[in-house]
Amino acid sequence: MSTHRISAKGRVDHGKPVRFTFNGQRFEGRKGDTLASALLANGVHLIGRSFKYHRPRGILSSGSEEPNALVGVSRGVGRSEPNTRATVLEVFEGLSTVSQNHWPSLKRDVGAINDAFYMLFSAGFYYKTFMWPKSFWNKVYEPFIRGAAGLGKSPSLPDPDTYASRYAHCDVLVVGSGPAGLAAALEAGRSGAKVILVDEQAELGGSLLSEPDTGIDGQPAWQWLKAASDELAALKNVTVLTRTTAMGYYHENFLGLCQRLTDHLDTLPEGAPRERMWRVRAKQVVLAQGSIEKPLVFDGNDRPGVMLAGAARTYLNRYGVKVGNRAVVVTSHDSAWLAAIDLAEVGVKVAAIVDIRSSVSDHLVRLARAHGIEVLTGWTATGTRGRLRVSAVRVNPVGTNGKAGRARVIACDTVLMCGGWTPSVHLFSHTKGKLDWDEERQMFLPGAPTEETRCAGAGNGTFGLAGALREGAAAGAEAAADAGFKAKASDYRVEGDFECTGISVRELPTDRNPSSAKAFVDFQNDVTAKDIRLAVREGFLSIEHIKRYTTTGMATDQGKTSNINGLAIASDAVKRPAPAVGLTTFRPPYTPTTFGAFAGYNRGSLFEVTRKTAIDGWAEENGAVFEPVSLWRRAWYFPRPGETMHQAVARECRATRQSLGMFDASTLGKIEIVGPDAAEFMNRMYTNAWSKLAPGRLRYGLLLGEDGFIRDDGVIGRLSADRFHVTTTSGGAARVLAMMEDYLQTEWPDLKVWLTSTTEQWAVIALNGPNARKLIEPFVEGIDLSDAALPHMSVAEGRICGVPTRLFRVSFTGELGFEINVPSRYGRAVWETLYEAGRQYDITPYGTETMHVLRAEKGYIVVGQDTDGTLTPDDAGLGWAIGKAKPDFVGKRSLTRSDMLSPGRKQLVGLLTRDPATVLEEGAQIVDDPSQALPMKMIGHVTSSYWSEALGRSIALAVIEGGRARQGQTIHVPMPGKAHAAEITGTVFLDPENKRLNA
Amino acid sequence: MLLIRCPYCAVERPEVEFAYAGEAHIARPQDPSALSDEQWKDHLFIRSNPRGTHFERWRHIHGCGRFFNAVRDTVSDKFAMTYKAGLPRPSEAEIGKARS
Ligand SMILES: [Zn+2]
Repeated sequence: MSTHRISAKGRVDHGKPVRFTFNGQRFEGRKGDTLASALLANGVHLIGRSFKYHRPRGILSSGSEEPNALVGVSRGVGRSEPNTRATVLEVFEGLSTVSQNHWPSLKRDVGAINDAFYMLFSAGFYYKTFMWPKSFWNKVYEPFIRGAAGLGKSPSLPDPDTYASRYAHCDVLVVGSGPAGLAAALEAGRSGAKVILVDEQAELGGSLLSEPDTGIDGQPAWQWLKAASDELAALKNVTVLTRTTAMGYYHENFLGLCQRLTDHLDTLPEGAPRERMWRVRAKQVVLAQGSIEKPLVFDGNDRPGVMLAGAARTYLNRYGVKVGNRAVVVTSHDSAWLAAIDLAEVGVKVAAIVDIRSSVSDHLVRLARAHGIEVLTGWTATGTRGRLRVSAVRVNPVGTNGKAGRARVIACDTVLMCGGWTPSVHLFSHTKGKLDWDEERQMFLPGAPTEETRCAGAGNGTFGLAGALREGAAAGAEAAADAGFKAKASDYRVEGDFECTGISVRELPTDRNPSSAKAFVDFQNDVTAKDIRLAVREGFLSIEHIKRYTTTGMATDQGKTSNINGLAIASDAVKRPAPAVGLTTFRPPYTPTTFGAFAGYNRGSLFEVTRKTAIDGWAEENGAVFEPVSLWRRAWYFPRPGETMHQAVARECRATRQSLGMFDASTLGKIEIVGPDAAEFMNRMYTNAWSKLAPGRLRYGLLLGEDGFIRDDGVIGRLSADRFHVTTTSGGAARVLAMMEDYLQTEWPDLKVWLTSTTEQWAVIALNGPNARKLIEPFVEGIDLSDAALPHMSVAEGRICGVPTRLFRVSFTGELGFEINVPSRYGRAVWETLYEAGRQYDITPYGTETMHVLRAEKGYIVVGQDTDGTLTPDDAGLGWAIGKAKPDFVGKRSLTRSDMLSPGRKQLVGLLTRDPATVLEEGAQIVDDPSQALPMKMIGHVTSSYWSEALGRSIALAVIEGGRARQGQTIHVPMPGKAHAAEITGTVFLDPENKRLNA
Repeated sequence: MLLIRCPYCAVERPEVEFAYAGEAHIARPQDPSALSDEQWKDHLFIRSNPRGTHFERWRHIHGCGRFFNAVRDTVSDKFAMTYKAGLPRPSEAEIGKARS
């Protein structure tokens, strides 16, 4: 039974009941209700507990600015959302909602004890209260803060919904569909311009929905609204998006529009996206965002039943709900008088209008008295009573001296307040548009724009229906004209439009001690007027500092209802004008926006591309375990049934060293460098000398940054005088190519060189082991594989398995090795042919882990693992790779800076643990003396560490200060449990004479 | 999202097609070995970081791949003009004209 429903009023469908639950209790609303209007229709004001003090809180507003009425919504598995504003949540059949921030129940909440410790929680309480004693932090304070603070419960399951995104372009984008926005969209639409009209609410109309008792061009407001909506819908060049929030206004008229598609539906359509993010580039923008009503600041202004007067008017006229049976209006602005009269007309007893102003228009006073309302002008409100709902308000006359006189208590179940209206300048502020302070009206207004944008209506400080229509029509016509269309602003004839005026006040005057008043400024973050004044007394003078210290305006509502009150109080306390104290900067999103809407389609496997080699499918079919390497997925190891990773890797290592291993090296970055100046370019980019490298030979290339530190490395083949086949690390390919392009295009544009990425063009099969040559010999045509013709570090072009190849004789394992490059489309076929033929040698496919073990046994570094961007060639033991005779190469000059030559630099060394079974942790720190006092002096760290099957013990690479001169000395590696002793060695653990390369 | 005009493609395209590439008009010295440590440090690390007009490099990385120069205001973020690599730094008058 809906005790507060007025069937003769509102736009909800009174014939369509909707059942929903709140905290498990069943309620009935109407199709078209929000959760807030439906609960109010059932007489429910108590919605939740506040953030800090756990004070009971109700519904303050009727729109997206709502700070108080936040609920948790759940709709089946995974579909739960915290902090949804009850004022924008549309009810649907079966909706299930819960209140937040309370234990054990909304009506009896233990956390409300915080309210009694009010003094503890004043401004800056996080910084003050929990500082001492230090030992209390972990065990007492932090768990307490975590338990008590925070809004709502975050979902714990993956979001089952899908989210769409779409790009759009238009001539004129209009934000807001109140009278100003509608007028703008109509003019622009009639001109033929491509128009998008966007409104966050379920239907068009804005303030017209709340204030139907006016007339436009001889029609009642709602009839005109219907005609306007129909006209827009009929215009093919106009797109109307309701339930769509313009959440951000970015550079060059680029706006993000978040459209809610299914949340309001009774049943969720199969496969439909929940929300769609539009990214719109508009030639012209019209901002008609309207204004937001300001609360008044007085003791107890947060009690359930105390709400904004305009909201009460909206609940009545738009939803057919009276918010109470006996109301008192407290105001400094005319608009609350109109709300009072609307309520009185449907039989709500309005006990009094308390207006802080001593003089108010005779017209309003007469109207109020005619409705039996007591008029108290020049009065103040100084407190409210009631526990979970307001039961009375305390009011006092204000003398000419500004002091509050003897109090009177008026019984009521609702207090409607209005402190004036704040133009919504949020989107304008996103563009860094300058805001001008209107001292008389105490409001910020849009100033000079930085974008092709115009503001119209209440959002531009132009209040009243006639002004909004006039300004909206002008803005729409001008925007269309600037976008290249012919348009002229229409004139509108308006009846029944009362031009409201008002004043702005700070805290209302009181006869009580202001320091014991709980007069809230920021309802969501529980910040009172006293907190702001305390912050100023403690030395915070800029609003940006006051905001952070008190947390005012920092909640999820971005202070939509609180910023101006907070600023006015701060400005008074600082004794400087408001603009000098500063308005905080508004940033996107305008209202909380789901992560899903931002992510759109880019989730799961679409979040990031997974690069796969031509041989990846074979690895998958043959049981490979994969690991990600930059964007690639690479076979990590190939376990046989029942094998652990350690067992598999040990087997792969043994097989490769004893007979033959096979490895997919296709992810190696590859760049083809071609042109008459190719060798000169190579000389300038790489540390090595290239001029004398004969075609058909390979060389290890080392690439530095201009700062002298190692950036990349790889084996490079010279195919002919003017052609190099460069390889890079798997993760570095794009970076290296970009760096080369940069030098080529901007430093040496005179060089005749062309760079082409060929990473994806070649599949690379690495064969390593004593039987490598024997395996490929029968398959190779046109290449002499003998040591004499194709020695270690050489390359030849020919055919293998009938397809073209660039055959590299090279080894990253220390064994006899070949890297067979074939066009990618043949990669898998060649791999399979060689694998089948290799069975006679017990050929063993191996993954990246075995590759790492085998290379570490030989002391071959991996850039990015054994180097970290602070290692020079000499630090890494690669001084031999520098072409000493070259006058210049990238990074050369830096190698002789004094720091680069200092003796204490970290150098790459080998480590052998005293206990051969201990495998050190990669990244572990190294110290000289493990029993020294904390914090220990760290002299380096472990970069690579493995179990070496060939050596039957662990090995490691590390960087250690002055390490090369310390070979044979013992260092210590503290790890969980104990510190491990290890001896510093050279970096080559196996076959230092390289005999196996030619086995 | 900014719009950037690639001087090679001669089209305006959204920022996501481009990559920033640091301050412009810092030529690599012809003979780095002739520079003192101090001069080399300045070349490597010292940048102007102005409030206002900034000369900077961009690359049309998801388009033609070319590096080019731009004049951008670091307060408003907006571009005054873009021009091909190798062209001289535009004058105040040219920048003013491009802005108007
Ligand atoms: Zn381009």
